[in-house]
Amino acid sequence: MTDKTIEIEILRYRPEQDEKPFPQQFEVPYHPDMSILEALQYIKDHLDSTVSFRWSCRMAICGSCGLMVNNIPKLGCKAFLRDYYPQKVKLEALANFPIERDLIVVMDDFIKKLEEIKPYIIPESDDKCLSEGTYKQTPEQMEKYAKFSMCINCGLCYSACPQYGLDKNFTGPAALALLARYNRDSRDAGSAERMKIVNQEQGVWSCTFVGYCSVVCPKGVDPAAAIQLLKVESSKDYLIGMFKPD
Amino acid sequence: MSKRKPYQREMKNDWWLKNIFYSRYMIREGSSILITLYSLILAWGVFRLSQGAEAFNAWLSALQHPVSIIFHLLVLLIALYHTLTWFSLAPKAVDLYIKGKPLDGRLIVAGHYITFVIATVFCLVIIML
Repeated sequence: MTDKTIEIEILRYRPEQDEKPFPQQFEVPYHPDMSILEALQYIKDHLDSTVSFRWSCRMAICGSCGLMVNNIPKLGCKAFLRDYYPQKVKLEALANFPIERDLIVVMDDFIKKLEEIKPYIIPESDDKCLSEGTYKQTPEQMEKYAKFSMCINCGLCYSACPQYGLDKNFTGPAALALLARYNRDSRDAGSAERMKIVNQEQGVWSCTFVGYCSVVCPKGVDPAAAIQLLKVESSKDYLIGMFKPD
Repeated sequence: MSKRKPYQREMKNDWWLKNIFYSRYMIREGSSILITLYSLILAWGVFRLSQGAEAFNAWLSALQHPVSIIFHLLVLLIALYHTLTWFSLAPKAVDLYIKGKPLDGRLIVAGHYITFVIATVFCLVIIML
C-alpha cells in the first residue's frame, strides 16, 4: 500500500434532483497500475455509492466504460492513473451524447444508426442450400474489411466527432465504418442498398475529415479511413449513375 | 412515473480551441479563406490583363506593396501547412493492394512529396524561362 493519493473530479448529474451537472471531488489512493475504471469502483465502494457509471469486462472488449478523461474520450479500463498523476483527473460523461446520469449517456441514437446500416451479410441469393457448404473467403479478401470489423461500439468516435456534435443527423464514424466493413466483404451483395445511406448529405458527405475519431478509437478501427474510402465509392456511384440510371 | 431527464450539454462556439487537434483542423480548413482571397487577387490580375498593358502593370505594381507581400507570404505559409497536413492524411483515402497486401502508408505519403517537388520545379522552370 502507498500513501499517495490522486484527486478525481467527476461531473455528477442526478436527474431526479439536479437541474444541471456539477463537479464533485474525490481523493483516491494512487497505484501506478490502477485504471480509471478501478478508481471509479473505489469511489463507489468506499466514498460515494451513488456515483453511476457503466462497465463490464474490464479489458477493452465490451465497450461499456467510455467517458471523457480530461476532455478526451477514453475507455475507463484502458486509461491509467499513472498517465495523469500527480495532476487532477477530470471525468465527464462522453461528449455529444445526452447525460442519463453521472457518467452514463443515452446511446439510443448511436444504436439506431448502427441498426440502420444493415450490419449483416446480405447474400446474393436466398436459395443457396446448406448442403452447398459455407461461403469461402481468402485471407486477401478478409484483409479488405478485417480492420473495420474490430469495432466494440463504445461510442468514443462519436464523442470525438465535432460534426456529430453539431448535427445529430450525421450517420457518424462507427456506423459508417461498420457499413464499410459489410460493403467490403466478398460474401456480401448488399452494397447497393447501403450506398443509399452513404450517398446522403447525412451520410459520408457530412464528414469533413477531422480525423479525431481514428485517434481516439481504442481498437484501431480507423473510421476516418473507412469514411474517406466510402466517399470515393460514393463519387463512383454518382458518376456511374449519370451514365447508367437505375 | 419515470424520473428520466437526459441532460443535453451545449456545444460552445469555442469547442475548437479546447483541444489542439481540433485547433489544427480548424487552421487546415480555415486556410481556404486566405486561399480564396489569393485566388480572387489572381483572377483580378487576369481581368486587368484583358484591359491592356497599363492596367496589368498597375496590378503588378500594387502587388509590390508591403501589405501585399506580407499577405502573400502568409498565404504561402498556410497553403504549405494545408498541403502537408493533407499529405499526411492521404493514406486514409487510398485503397491500394499489391499482391494482396495493403500498400504501406509511408510510400503513399512519399509519392505525394515527390510529385509536389517535381510540380514545384516544373513551375519554377516555366516561370524562369
